[in-house]
Amino acid sequence: MTVKVQEEDFDLSHEVARLRDGKPQAGAVACLVGLVRDVNDGEPVTAMTLEHYPGMTEKALQGIVAEAKGRWDLVDVTVIHRVGNLRPLDQIVLVAVASAHRGEAFAACEFIMDYLKTRAPFWKKEKSGEAERWVDARESDDSSASRWRKS
Amino acid sequence: MVRVLYFARLREALGRGSEEIVLQPAVADVGTLASQLAARGGAWAALAVTGNVRVAVNQQMADLSTPVGPGDEVAFFPPVTGG
Repeated sequence: MTVKVQEEDFDLSHEVARLRDGKPQAGAVACLVGLVRDVNDGEPVTAMTLEHYPGMTEKALQGIVAEAKGRWDLVDVTVIHRVGNLRPLDQIVLVAVASAHRGEAFAACEFIMDYLKTRAPFWKKEKSGEAERWVDARESDDSSASRWRKS
Repeated sequence: MVRVLYFARLREALGRGSEEIVLQPAVADVGTLASQLAARGGAWAALAVTGNVRVAVNQQMADLSTPVGPGDEVAFFPPVTGG
């Protein structure tokens, strides 16, 4: 498992190559790259600041990956989440999951993203020119995460 | 002493990111700690409104009934918006 919280950008090819390196049992890698959009809720976005809770953030992400590994048979997982100042077109987050077969990789990748959006302590503040606003949590994110609950 | 942290919109509204506080004798859990802080009035009253505030104790997600004692780290913050 690799979990990183960083200001620097990441390179998808490099991260997938590193995730797969020396693991011939991996038959599939599923990736999600989250990006800064230039519009949110109908408002233009010219820049964004991502705040987080140092220490807890890493633990929360590690806990989410560990839970995914308990649900699916995964070869390895990389999660990278950027913090600090970002702009439209920038990459925000990478979730890359390697497994023997694609079904588990797809499912675990989506699970990790859904849980990250509701459980990892990050907060987005968007800028439109000089105006700033904290992004409100979406109910749709809660419902996306709740569908993974085991009954 | 308990170390209390505030993040994002809450940090800005309260004008501070962290503080060390002495627990009142009645404080035993997150709920009673939030009441002690909310009693400061003004923007602090937001801490008593549970719907918009999330809590972590020692960097684990918590709720109003989670125990709090000397040496703990307690964080109050809005619902998260990463990803």
